[in-house]
Amino acid sequence: MSPRKKKSTAPKGARFTASDLERIAERILKFSEADATEVDVDAGSDALTRFANNTIHQNVAEQTLTISVRAVVDGRTARATTNKTDEESLRRTVSTAMSLAKNQPKNPDLLPMLGRQKYQKVSRFFAPTAATTPQDRARAVTRVCKMAEKAKQTAAGIFSTGYSQMISANSKGLFARHDETDAEFSITILEENSSGWAKANSADVRAIDPDELAESASKKSADSREPRELAAGHYTAILSPSAVLDMVGFLFYDFAATSVEDKRSCLIGRMGKKLFGDNITIWDDAYHALQSGPPYDGEGVPRQKVLLVDKGVPKNLVYSRATAKKMKAKPTGHGFSLPNEYGEAPMNLVFAGGDKSVDDMIRSTERGVLVTRLWYIREVDPYEKILTGMTRDGTFLVENGRVAGGIRNFRFNQSIIEALANVEMLGPAVRAAGEESFEMVVPAMKVRNFHFSEVTKF
Amino acid sequence: MMQDWANWALDTAKSRGATYADVRVMDIRQRDISTKNGEVGMLAESESLGIGIRVVASGAWGFASTDRLTRQGIDACAAEAVSIAKASALAKRENVKLAPEQAYVDTWQNPFLKDPFRIPVERQIDLLLAADKAMRAVKGVTLAEGSMSFHKIDQLFVSSIGSSIHQIKMISGAGIVATAFAGTDIQKRSYPNSFGGQHALQGYELVEALDLVGNAPRVGEEAVALHSAAQCPEGTSTIILGSSQLGLQIHESIGHPIELDRVLGMEANFAGMSFLTLEKLRKLKYGSDIVNVVADARLEHGPGLGTFAYDDEGVPAQCTPIITNGLFTGYLSNRETASAIGENRSNGTMRTESWNRLPIIRMTNISINPGSWKYDDLIADTDDAILMETNRSWSIDDRRYHFQFSTEIGWEIKGGKRTRMIKNPSYSGITTEFWNSCDAICSRDYWTLWGTPNCGKGQPMQTMGTGHGASPARFRNIKVGVAFAK
Repeated sequence: MSPRKKKSTAPKGARFTASDLERIAERILKFSEADATEVDVDAGSDALTRFANNTIHQNVAEQTLTISVRAVVDGRTARATTNKTDEESLRRTVSTAMSLAKNQPKNPDLLPMLGRQKYQKVSRFFAPTAATTPQDRARAVTRVCKMAEKAKQTAAGIFSTGYSQMISANSKGLFARHDETDAEFSITILEENSSGWAKANSADVRAIDPDELAESASKKSADSREPRELAAGHYTAILSPSAVLDMVGFLFYDFAATSVEDKRSCLIGRMGKKLFGDNITIWDDAYHALQSGPPYDGEGVPRQKVLLVDKGVPKNLVYSRATAKKMKAKPTGHGFSLPNEYGEAPMNLVFAGGDKSVDDMIRSTERGVLVTRLWYIREVDPYEKILTGMTRDGTFLVENGRVAGGIRNFRFNQSIIEALANVEMLGPAVRAAGEESFEMVVPAMKVRNFHFSEVTKF
Repeated sequence: MMQDWANWALDTAKSRGATYADVRVMDIRQRDISTKNGEVGMLAESESLGIGIRVVASGAWGFASTDRLTRQGIDACAAEAVSIAKASALAKRENVKLAPEQAYVDTWQNPFLKDPFRIPVERQIDLLLAADKAMRAVKGVTLAEGSMSFHKIDQLFVSSIGSSIHQIKMISGAGIVATAFAGTDIQKRSYPNSFGGQHALQGYELVEALDLVGNAPRVGEEAVALHSAAQCPEGTSTIILGSSQLGLQIHESIGHPIELDRVLGMEANFAGMSFLTLEKLRKLKYGSDIVNVVADARLEHGPGLGTFAYDDEGVPAQCTPIITNGLFTGYLSNRETASAIGENRSNGTMRTESWNRLPIIRMTNISINPGSWKYDDLIADTDDAILMETNRSWSIDDRRYHFQFSTEIGWEIKGGKRTRMIKNPSYSGITTEFWNSCDAICSRDYWTLWGTPNCGKGQPMQTMGTGHGASPARFRNIKVGVAFAK
């Protein structure tokens, strides 16, 4: 391993410095007798304060360390992982990886490990996030619980903060390091027959305003009181960025070249053909200011910005090294750690977005449904990409350009391909947080002819 | 060492002001193998050892965990748990109250015949590759996949009321999937169940008994045959659910709504709440008279993923009647929620994914009792229905009322006979209406205790294995085909 110059961002009191983690990797690389060895060392500290019924009912913290070793022996590879740092455990982990590797057929697609790489800098570690204490979180939670109580409402949610330190190194000289923080606040405000929800996620805890999120959820709950039942059918849907995120989260694996090779992608036979509306342009861009994650993939390949969809036309897939070789393309830095069966996926989707606000969408809608949050989304048809799921925590009827009150929640059965072909308006792309997908940069959307297939009882 | 680590944690927690503390030391070993189209996909082993410390201090909860298992590391972790509890007390409405429980000192291990970690990995790979080859031998199969996973969980629970419980669980699982792409359609068949196959508290004998290779040709043939099958009709129909699909139906529309933490609003922000509000206990007609469901964590129920001797709060495994002759009779509780609703004891459902997660209320083995029907008699007794097998997608609202499921394959039942194959079968309904429409359940001979290894709940998210015993059953007047309706 070569000397590192990057300054450690481990917070005061952290269990490990970057040098500690490097030393673990160095020890393993030194004694490993495999033909080639790769080591990933991840240290993390996470804490989460959970509240319900206007009180804190769970409050947790964890410190973790994982040391993962991939060994290559005679054209075969396997992985072993431990969280024990003593010499015997590290040696056993290497030995396990080697033993697993030896006892399998030769892998004709296995490539030599990558050598040293250059990575674009990303800054995703914010000291105030890492330094957030249980008392800080409890104070914010106490405030929002009191707000809810004052409004005769009930609050439930979470406030979490944490940081991770990652190192990847291999016996060919590759070395990669990434530190990042993460903060999240999510709140549901409940009344007797209504609810509202808001959620935000950022690497910088200062970008999250719990009071503002609580006020937004509170208003949605109040505005959706006494929901009426609206007949199921096709409506214009105005989807919040969170709702859009949770649907498009089901699409990203289709852009993996391995998925196309395996004939399980909805893009088989559709690349280069018009599939979505002119207003749909999507990149995978790990360097976007609102994204998270390291600037390299599971094999240490630098991540590239890839244009996935250009004005409604699927243009490019993403490739791991092995898939790229098989399909005569170039690796794009989207591979998962080896060995794996899925190859790669774009994990940092960024939509082009538009300039309309949700209010613009409401004002321009004669009759439609405004959706705050989607829930329990599952794929019904993998090629037509029909998804089913429920609305939740703030579903409204829009009539004659105004919100006309809360409605009972719908089940939807809707092709995401058709939905992205029917987008009439887009809001600015924002870092959205949902439940079914990890955070990405997507806009609110107004979608015509959205299929709400059944109504539930609340 | 486990006992020493746990005692250090208890001592420090108490000295820092904890009025109650429990500690879990867990040592988890895992092996994952997958194959795809004739090649090894995943091949990995992992181990994880650490300690989780849960305390009540200043009348509120705190939890901290670490894998730094030195005296200093454990003391710091226990002190942090107490500090977090004191921070929780800032937003406290009342002190934590726990239903009483005795102290137990015990050791338990689930029985198994063959340690999967002692079976050579090449033998396990060879088995998957043989099944893979047999699936790909079927013309039209475009993707063949197989997987095995094994877990060994060695855990010690120690609490400040004097319990010290050592349990070792061995878990095995395996399955295969054939996918066929043709034209603009992707169809698949799985065996013995979708999403990873069958999983149980057993050794490698589970995998051997599945006969993956023997079933592979049929799985491949059915995946291909689905392309020429008729589309599931839209409308109202009688349906017969295969036992694995009924197991998932139980999981989603009985198992989750009976979780008392959901009922009391504790999961409102993420997993959601439940339609089973407290006044419905012993009043609601949940299902028809023949529907009897239990939550049974005891070994005598079978080697399910919800089988144990004690839960992760030190409460012994129990069998709780959940639905008795159609009447709703029980929730899943822990010591805190049992106390909150005036019960005098937890029914033992606190479970944790790992040492770094707080135990929460989880399903154990939630099973429907077998009925009296022979399978062939049930088919012969059915004039017009769709038989649906092996889950393909599942979705239910956040109060567990409205659900929609689709399965991999279906068959038309006409005049008491299984006739043509149906593709893209789906059905939907409202939980209580659905269970009240059940008019026939097959007997013990057709009952399987299925393992669901991937149940997600909690924040931070925890994945837990649950068990669901079920035999094929018939339901009347069910909405079908809505998933593909235009």
